[in-house]
Formats: sequence, C-alpha cells, structure tokens
Amino acid sequence: MIDYEKAVTRAVREIRPSGIRKFFDIAAEMDDVISLSIGEPDFVTPWHIREAGIASLERGMTHYTSNAGLIELRQAICDYMRRRFKLQYEEDELIVTVGGSEAIDIAIRTLVGPGDEVLIPEPSFVCYDPITRMAGGRATPIVTRAEDDFRLTAQQLKAAITPGTKLLILPYPNNPTGAVMRREDLEAIADVLRDTDIFVLSDEIYAELTYGARHVSIASIEGMRERTIVVNGFSKAFAMTGWRLGFLAGPRPLVKAMLKVHQFAIMSSPSTSQYAAVEAMTNGDEDVRAMRTDYNRRRKYILEGVRRLGMPCFEPFGAFYIFPSIKDFGMTSDEFCTKLLREQRLAVVPGNAFGQSGEGHIRISYAYSKENLTEALRRLGAFTEKYGK
Amino acid sequence: MDKEKLLKLLEKDGDMTLEEIAEQLGADMRDVAAQIDKYKETGVLLGVHAKVDWEKTKREYVTAMIELKVQPTRGHGFDAIAERLVNYPEIKSLYLMSGGYDIWMLIEGRSLREVAMFVAKKIAPMEGVKSTGTHFVLTKYKDEGITFGGRKADTRRLYSYD
Repeated sequence: MIDYEKAVTRAVREIRPSGIRKFFDIAAEMDDVISLSIGEPDFVTPWHIREAGIASLERGMTHYTSNAGLIELRQAICDYMRRRFKLQYEEDELIVTVGGSEAIDIAIRTLVGPGDEVLIPEPSFVCYDPITRMAGGRATPIVTRAEDDFRLTAQQLKAAITPGTKLLILPYPNNPTGAVMRREDLEAIADVLRDTDIFVLSDEIYAELTYGARHVSIASIEGMRERTIVVNGFSKAFAMTGWRLGFLAGPRPLVKAMLKVHQFAIMSSPSTSQYAAVEAMTNGDEDVRAMRTDYNRRRKYILEGVRRLGMPCFEPFGAFYIFPSIKDFGMTSDEFCTKLLREQRLAVVPGNAFGQSGEGHIRISYAYSKENLTEALRRLGAFTEKYGK
Repeated sequence: MDKEKLLKLLEKDGDMTLEEIAEQLGADMRDVAAQIDKYKETGVLLGVHAKVDWEKTKREYVTAMIELKVQPTRGHGFDAIAERLVNYPEIKSLYLMSGGYDIWMLIEGRSLREVAMFVAKKIAPMEGVKSTGTHFVLTKYKDEGITFGGRKADTRRLYSYD
C-alpha cells in the first residue's frame, strides 16, 4: 500500500483546507440558492475584445509567444500603465502571466527563500500565505482594523518589521474589505520602507475598480519603484477572468529572475488571451469606465441596503465587495453564513476565510445584477429580523 | 467636456445621474447639468424613454415595417405626405429612404388584422401613395442599441474567494 499522505510534501500537507469547501457541499443539495459570494465580474468580456481573440484563432495564431509575452502586448501594457497609473516601465521590465495569481506566485518564489519573512496585511486574498510557506518562508499577518478603514498603517508596519523581513504584500484595493490606500497612506508606508532592504509586492488587480479617487500605485511614490513588484491583470477590470491573463512589472534584474521561474512553470501565457488583451489595453478604457459606473451604482445600493438592516459597515471605495460586521448577532462568521445559507438560501463568504482577523464579518460581493441584489437583501433582511438584536 | 460623448451616454442610458455622467466624462457636475439644460432648450435632447421588452408582458401586439412608394408633390417633395403620416400614433418611426422605395415606417398594432386594416384603410388610399409593402416582424433581437431576449443565466460558481 502506498501511503499517499506521506508522499505529499510537508509544505503542501500543511496548507489548510479551503474554508468555503463545506458551503459548496451544502449549497449543492439546495435549489434556488442566491449567491453574493463570487469575486468575479458578472459582465461578459466586451465583444471587441472577444472578437480580437477569435480573429487571432481564425488567422491561425496558435503558437507559443515569447516567454515574457507578445512584444506588442507588453508595449500596450506599458502605455496603459503610464496612461492610467503614471507608472513608467519598459517592455523588458514586465512579464505577461497566467492571471495575477501566477504573477504573485513567481514573485514570491523569486524573492522568498527559507527563513525569509513575508508580512501580509489581513484580511486579504488567501494565496499569499500558502505560497510563502511553500517557498520555505515565514508568513506573518498584520491585522488591519475596521477603525482604520482596513488600511495598513505605518505604525503597524513598523511594529511588524523584524531583521528577517524580506517582503511586504500590499493587497489594495483589497479583497475582501474593499479598502483602498490613498496617496498619503502610501507615503507613510514608503517612509518606513525607504531605508530598509524590504521589497513590496503590490497586488493591484482591482486598481481600475475604485470609486471616487483614482488608484495610486505605491510604485509611483518616490523611491519605491526600485523595490516594488506591481501585479495587475485583465480579470477584474476587463471582465476577463476565464482568459487567465495578468502581468507583473518591476526592476529589470528582478523581472529577469522571475522570467526564469515563469519560463519553466508556464513557458508562455495563452496566445489567444494575449491577442485579446492587446485589444483590451488599446481600446478598452471606455468599457472599464462603463463597468465601473455600474459597479458604483450597485455599491451604493447594497451598502445602503445592508446599513438599513442595522449591520455596521464601513464604506469601501474599491473592488466589488462590502465587508459588514456581524458582531451584533452573537455568531461566528462561519455559523452566520451556514445558517444564512440553510435558512434563506443566500450564499456569502465568512470573513474568517480571509484570515482570522476577518472573523466577525461577512464578505458580500456586488458583482451581481440589481435584481439579484434586491432579492438577496430581502433574504438577508428576513435573516437579520429573526436573529438581530 | 466631450459633448458628443455626453449625448452618446444619455442616448445609451437616460437613467444615469449627473454624478455618474460627470465621472464618465471627467467633467464637473455643474458643467454637465448646464450643458444638458442647453441641449433641452435647443431641442437637441428631445426626451427620455424606457425600452420595454413587450414580449415579456401579456400585451398582444405586432410590429410591421411598411415600405411606401409615393408621388412627390411639386414644391413640397416628400414632405407633404410625411407631415400627414406623422400624425398617426400607430406609426412609431418614419423615414424618407433612398433606393427601391421612398418611405419606410414602423407600425405597431394589437393584431395582424389591425395593422393590415390600418394600412389598407388609412395609408393605401392616401393621395400620392402609389403602393405599399407590409412586412411583419417575427422576433426583435436588438433595437436602438439594446439587445433583447433577456439576461443569460449566471454560469459562475456559487462560492469563491477571488
């Protein structure tokens, strides 16, 4: 008998199982479940972008591209980053990756070795911790607080830094809280980091989805470009999740090193997606703007709706999530979400899925139609009526 | 301010708030409001109306496209007959065309018979009308930029972190 459990490396064995797996199983046995749990645009990729992908297939463009990605795509990305975020990169300072996810993976694997410490503001997306551990690094959470609007503060960062700290993850605009870092917040972070050897992995996948002020990248703050890897992609902004395409940009020597990891893991990102992405980068600004306006409508609608039900919720200015508090219900977020699913057939994600610091909250995605949001609010209302104080 | 874009935005979605329009144009809200008022005064903006998918209601109705060949009148060309035709509420759209016929119009009624009788009794006998051709609409796929047929089913997963 082969002991498969033993065959799996310790690092992989120790990755904790998905916190939302069990909700799938419950929901699978139910009809008429309404979901506000998905971190994925409900829009279909704009037609002209899809058409560019189709056209590339028709012309038989089905080969590998260069490892770093199509040169015309990399040029278009450089223009885009300059135009949208005042970031200056050359074509050889970026890699087209399989989603933002691969970019995060190769960046961490390139920078983090055994014993290196990675600081991870939480609540945040779930991948940074396991990737760090698989690389042999130590993942240290920094718990951000609702009273700080879930921003990372300079004091918190300063207090968390140790001699072993190698990398800071900066996941803003944030999933699951919707928090954004303003320029002055980033200036304060930059002041802490400038004279250290710490690098920053700035996960800016939601950069296009900010409401009110435009997103500021930490790489555009003085002295930070040389120590920052910017991760961005097409999934959220251009509604291209299934195309699996993202990119990273950073200092040339680091990107060169990351390209070594990328070429052996991936070879090159999907060609069809890359041709479609050229169109997105070149002619997609208007689509993004229209989708952003729509998300903003829904953001206001769901925020007002949830607050009317008496659930405290800070106003998020980024991504497409709200992160209300459930502290008044006397339940863990896991219990809350399980009951809500069983009794009202409404699916939302418990806050603790994004780190222990998310306990006491639920993540509600508003990447849903207005009708869906209305019905979900009705169900949530029936639930809070029953269990609220 | 990109004025053409302002009009295009309004044409696409008359429901947008001033704030949303200003955000999309990168313009000041007060300037947008002033420009919209100006367009209303000068008749550039004629009105705002909802797009209804009547197929989804219980209302019985049919739509027909009618081609007309007409005899233009001296001094007035096609305007004289067009000015009479616009008065009929049954006629939803009316255009002067180049090509195989002169006037194209869109008619709505409760039944095939009602539309056919309207054409036979009101339009065909009208002075100057030489011939009519009636085409009934079977399915409406897209109208004035809006796609009909409803939202596609949500095929996304039920739960995810990302």
